[in-house]
Amino acid sequence: MAIIAMNGDQAIALSWRQIDPDVVAAYPITPQTIIVEQFSEFVADGLVNTEFVCAESEHSALSICIGSAASGARTATATASAGLAFMWEVLYVASAMRLPIVMAVANRALSGPINIHCDHSDSMGARDSGWIQLYGENVQEAYDNSLMAFRIAEHPEVRLPIMTCLDGFIVTHSLERFEPLPDDVVKQFVGEFKYRRSLLDVSKPVSMGPFDGTDYYYEHKYAQVEAMRRTIPVINSVAKDFAKLTGREYQLIEPYKLEDADYAVMAMGSTAGTLKETVDELRAEGKKVGSIKLRLFRPFPSAELMKMLEGLKGVAVMDRAISIGASGPLFPEVRSALYEAKHRPKLSNYIYGLGGRDVRPEELRSVYNDLMSGSGETVNYLGVRA
Amino acid sequence: MPGERSSEMEEGAVIIEPGSSRKYKTGDWRSKRPECDELKCTNCLICWIYCPDNSIIVENGKRVGFKLTHCKGCGICANQCPAKAITMREEGA
Repeated sequence: MAIIAMNGDQAIALSWRQIDPDVVAAYPITPQTIIVEQFSEFVADGLVNTEFVCAESEHSALSICIGSAASGARTATATASAGLAFMWEVLYVASAMRLPIVMAVANRALSGPINIHCDHSDSMGARDSGWIQLYGENVQEAYDNSLMAFRIAEHPEVRLPIMTCLDGFIVTHSLERFEPLPDDVVKQFVGEFKYRRSLLDVSKPVSMGPFDGTDYYYEHKYAQVEAMRRTIPVINSVAKDFAKLTGREYQLIEPYKLEDADYAVMAMGSTAGTLKETVDELRAEGKKVGSIKLRLFRPFPSAELMKMLEGLKGVAVMDRAISIGASGPLFPEVRSALYEAKHRPKLSNYIYGLGGRDVRPEELRSVYNDLMSGSGETVNYLGVRA
Repeated sequence: MPGERSSEMEEGAVIIEPGSSRKYKTGDWRSKRPECDELKCTNCLICWIYCPDNSIIVENGKRVGFKLTHCKGCGICANQCPAKAITMREEGA
């Protein structure tokens, strides 16, 4: 299909139009609004058969999605920031009930101070909720992740809800050129939704979401652990099918100019793009540096990460979120993944871009300089007027 | 009940069998059990109306016992009994 220009939100809405989910229940919130707005136009124009529910809150939106998915309907929603925080209680219900709901998260800082711009504190905070989390670097990836997400979440080995995260404003509102797939190709790739149990099937009556006491709760939690464990091979096989179709290959962790590199900086989302630019500049100066983009945060690909980072001299982990009183949320996971490595790189953490603060190539260059000169603290605050 | 191992359990804690709560013996939770003084009981059946666990056994319009497999020992029956026929006794005492 032809290359077109769209922003990230429009690309998500387009992917949903092509997939035509049975139900979309959502509440608009910046910077996710365009997804819901655009999709509601598709509904009004009769371009999809989706039952669209404009809920009165995010808590209600996800609760409606849970009811819908429990009835056996393919279900999608989208949110951001405080909206995701408002869904908190029911996030855990969706994953424990093993409902493959697909949710686009337009990453935005949590209040307060109140702010509408990009950081990852919303979805990173939801890391323990039992949802799969994929992060996209740009509009193309946001679109591609959205298509693959349905296949991953609905896979019989998985059946878990999934968040497809894209950087608020930087990706959601920036017009970029990208290549969508033709409608029929998308339909064929995503396929028909097959539910396991339906609340509406009166011939096989079931109860869903019952009280689970001290004697069974832990076993059902463990089943979620096992499903999450089975997710990584499924993500890889879906990515393989997707590559056959599009030529676009997606790995869990994407290395850039890493083969002979001594130092690398690692990030999620749009900053991974800025990093590649910075690596190109430094390579032109003869510096042996590379970068790493992490696409998958849950489940955390520890083994794959260890393999990729082992042997490097130094790695800086960029965190666009903060756990005040500790470090960024990504850093301890990377450090933990490398504990068993034979040749551990020196690791440092850079908190950056909170509340949408721009991160510029010269700032990323300073991170590489820190790595190469052995300066910098374990946890650093990039670009703050301390 | 479902299998005892996580891998044998129905995905998402779904209950696929109707009426399975009968098999779930919530009486295990009890710390006090109700006892009835048959001489004081007038068979008014106020206990039967109030019992939240359907654990007052009634036959031919008469209270004949407590279903201890499901009585959680809440004591509502003893509290409501107008004849003060029901008392709660410590389990294992």
